[in-house]
Amino acid sequence: MSTDNTVDLKIVEEPKRPLAMHPKKFGMWLFMASVMMLFMALTSAYIVRQAEGNWVYFELPSLFYTTSVIIILSSISMQWSYNAAKKDNTSYSKIMLLITSLLGFGFLIGQFFGWKQLVTGNIYLVGNPSGSFLYIITGLHGLHIVSAIVFLLIMLNAVYTGKVDSKNMTKMEMCTTYWHFLGGLWLYLFIFLLLYR
Amino acid sequence: MAHDTHTHDEGHGHEHHGNFWTTYIFSEDHKVIAKQFLITGMAWALLGGILSVIFRLQLGFPDANLSWLKPILGGWLTAEGKIDPEFYLALVTMHGTIMVFFVLTAGLSGTFSNFLIPLQVGARDMASGFMNMLSYWFFFISSCFMFTSLFISTGPAAGGWVIYPPLSALPQAISGSGLGMTLWLISMALFIVSSLLGSINYITTVINLRTVGMSFSKLPLTIWAFFLTAIIGILSFPVLFAAALLLIFDRSFGTSFYLSDIYIGGEALPNQGGSPILFQHLFWFLGHPEVYIVLLPALGITSEIIATNSRKPIFGYKAMVGSILFIAILSFVVWAHHMFVTGMNPFLGSIFTLLTLIIAVPSAVKIFNYVTTIWRGNLRFTPGMLFSLGLVSFFLTGGITGIFLGNSAVDIQLHDTYFVVAHFHLVMGSASFFGMLAGIYHWFPKMFGRMMNEKLGSIHFWITFIGVYMVFFPMHYIGIAGFPRRYYTWTNFETFSGFADLNFVVSVAAIVTLGAQFIFLFNFFYSMFRGRIASANPWQSNTLEWTTPRNPGHGNWPGEIPTVYRWPYDYSKPGAKEDFIPQNIPFSETPESNLPHENELIKLEGVEGNAIVVEEKKH
Repeated sequence: MSTDNTVDLKIVEEPKRPLAMHPKKFGMWLFMASVMMLFMALTSAYIVRQAEGNWVYFELPSLFYTTSVIIILSSISMQWSYNAAKKDNTSYSKIMLLITSLLGFGFLIGQFFGWKQLVTGNIYLVGNPSGSFLYIITGLHGLHIVSAIVFLLIMLNAVYTGKVDSKNMTKMEMCTTYWHFLGGLWLYLFIFLLLYR
Repeated sequence: MAHDTHTHDEGHGHEHHGNFWTTYIFSEDHKVIAKQFLITGMAWALLGGILSVIFRLQLGFPDANLSWLKPILGGWLTAEGKIDPEFYLALVTMHGTIMVFFVLTAGLSGTFSNFLIPLQVGARDMASGFMNMLSYWFFFISSCFMFTSLFISTGPAAGGWVIYPPLSALPQAISGSGLGMTLWLISMALFIVSSLLGSINYITTVINLRTVGMSFSKLPLTIWAFFLTAIIGILSFPVLFAAALLLIFDRSFGTSFYLSDIYIGGEALPNQGGSPILFQHLFWFLGHPEVYIVLLPALGITSEIIATNSRKPIFGYKAMVGSILFIAILSFVVWAHHMFVTGMNPFLGSIFTLLTLIIAVPSAVKIFNYVTTIWRGNLRFTPGMLFSLGLVSFFLTGGITGIFLGNSAVDIQLHDTYFVVAHFHLVMGSASFFGMLAGIYHWFPKMFGRMMNEKLGSIHFWITFIGVYMVFFPMHYIGIAGFPRRYYTWTNFETFSGFADLNFVVSVAAIVTLGAQFIFLFNFFYSMFRGRIASANPWQSNTLEWTTPRNPGHGNWPGEIPTVYRWPYDYSKPGAKEDFIPQNIPFSETPESNLPHENELIKLEGVEGNAIVVEEKKH
C-alpha cells in the first residue's frame, strides 16, 4: 500500500538515497532473519546440551539425504519458474511452479518417512534429548515448509489468473526468496546434524 | 482490564471515514493502533501496580488481617486473613510478566514506535498497516489469555517471570505450574508473534519510508532508539520462542529437554538427560536484550524531550547514536551475568563480568550527554521534562548498582536478594516507566489535540519520583543484608526481623506511589475531552510530527509530506529569529543563522525537481 511513498523519493543533498527496496520484500528479509534466529537458538541449545554429556548417538535417517536432493531440485525449479515469469513465459512458469509445489510435498513426505525410520531405530520424541532435538528441529522446519507451500499455492493461483508478469514480480520474488531460504536452512540443519551427531 | 480497551478507545481518533469498526477497532492507521496499545498498556500497568501493592501488603504488614480484601481475592486468602503463600508467588510472577512484557514492551514500544515512527520520519503510515493491526490484535488476544489465567482455580503461573524449569515444567510442583503456566506459555507465544510483526514493520518503515532529505544522520534520536529496539526484538524474541517451545514439549509431550533425575513427592520422574541450565541460557539470551528493548525507547524519548525543553541541541548526537548502537550490540553478549551462580566456569564468569561492565561506558556517555544538554539551557519544566529528568536520575542510581552486580564474585552475595530487585526496578523498571510517562505527557497534544494539565502533572511527578526512591532505596540495604527476593515471609529467620520497619516504609511508599498514578489517570482521561486545546506545535519543537495539523488525519499530512533539510536539534541557534528551527525549514530561509557549510547546502536545495526515482523492480 505504501509503494507510492517510495516511488517519488528525491534527494536534496548528497546522493544518499534511502534503500531502494520494496518494503514488503524488506519485511520478508526481516522475517527470515527471525526464523534464522529461531533455528540458531535451537542448534545452539543442541550444542550446549550435547556438551553436558548423557547424549545418545544414532544414525540420521538415510531418507534425509534423499529429501536434501529433493529440496535442492525444488529450488532449481523455483528459480526456473521465476525466470520464466520474468520473461512473461507464463505457461512455463506455471509448470515449474507446480513442480516446485509437488517437490515440496515430496520433501515433507520424505521427512515424515525419515521420522518413521527413526522410530524403527527406537528413537522417539520422548527419550534422550538427542532424539527429541532431532524431531523438534526437523518438525519446526517442516512447519515452515508447509507455510512456504501455502505461499506457493497462492502464487500458483496468481499465475493461473494472470496476476504475475514481468511487471508484477514482487510477490513472485518474495516467494522465490522464501523458498530458497528454507532450502538453504534445511541444508544448514542437515549438515549441522551430520556434524554434531 | 483488557476489555476496557476499546470502550475507551471509542472516544478519540479523528477519522470519520469508514464505520465504527474499521475506524476505531480494526483500524490500520498507525495513530489509532498506537492509542490502542497505549490504553491497553495503561490498563495492564494499573493491574500490575495493584498486584505489587497486594504483595507489598504481605511484606510490609505481615501480621495484618487482610480479610477486607476477601471480595477481591476470595479463596486466595487463608482462614486467618493472610495471603496464600502460593498466591504470593503468583502475584510476584504476574507482576513481573505484566510489567516487563505487557507494559514496558508492548505498551511502550507499541505506543511510541507506532505513533512516532511514521510521524517523525515523514511517512503516511507504517509499511504494512494490516500487519500493524495484526500486531495489536495478537497482543490483545495474548492479553486475554494472560488475564484469564488470573481467574482460574489453580491460579496463574507462579514460577517467577523467568519461569525456570523444573518448577515451571512440572504441574505437580506448584499449583501455578498447571493450567496457569500453560496459559502463560500460550499468551507469550502470541505476544512474541505480535512483537515480531511490530518490529518488522518498524524497521521497514524507518529504512524504506523516510521522507525526502531524511537521511539517517538527520533522524531524531527517538527513531534511532525505536529502530535499534526493533532490531534487538527481531533477533532475541525468536530465542525466547525456542525456549518456550521446548518447555511446552517438556510439559505436555513428555520430552526431557530441561528435566533430569527428579524426585517429586518421593517418586522418581522418568525424565532423563535434560538440563535446566539450558533453559536459563536460552531464556537470558532473550532476557537480557529484553532489558534494552524496555529501556532504549525510553532513552530515545528522553533525548528528544530534554533537548526540546532545554532549548538546546542535544549534546553529542553522534555519541548518542553510537552509544545506543553499542548498547544494542553488547546486550547480546552479557546474558550469562544472570547465571553466575549456576556453577558456570569461573573463567567464563570473568569474561561475562568484563563484557557486562563495558555496558557502563555507553550508558555513562548517555548520562553525560543528558546532563550537558541541560547545562545552561533555558529549562522549561513541563511534566514531560520532569519525568525525563527523573529517568536520568533513576538511570544513574540504578545503573551504578549494576556495576556491583555485574561482578561475578560480588554477585555470589547479592544474587536473588532485594539488592537485585532494587537495581533493576530503578534502572529498567522505573526509568522506562518514567520514559513512558514523559512520552505520554509530551505527545499527548499530538495524540488527542489537547493539553494535559501541567499542575497535576507536576504533582504526579513529585509524588511518584519521591515515592519510587522511597520504595527502592531501602531495598538496597535489605538486599545487602541478604534478604532473598520472592520470599513470602521472613519472620521465621531471626536475622531478618530487624528489617520489618524498613519493609513497612517500603510498603507505605508503594501504596502512596500507586495512589499518585490515579492523579495521572484522571488527568489523562479528563484532558482527552476537556483539556485545553493544543496548538499544532505546543512545545515549539523541531521534529516533523509537529508540522501536522492539530488532529492529523489518516495520511498524517493533508498536503505533501514535508521535505527535511536539517537535523532535528536546531534549538537556540545563534542568530536565528526564534529559538527553534523545524526540520522542514530550508537553509535558504535562514541566512541569518546558517553556518558556512550550511550555506553550501543551499545550492543543493534547488535540485529538488530532479527526482531520483527509486527503482521499484529488482534489487
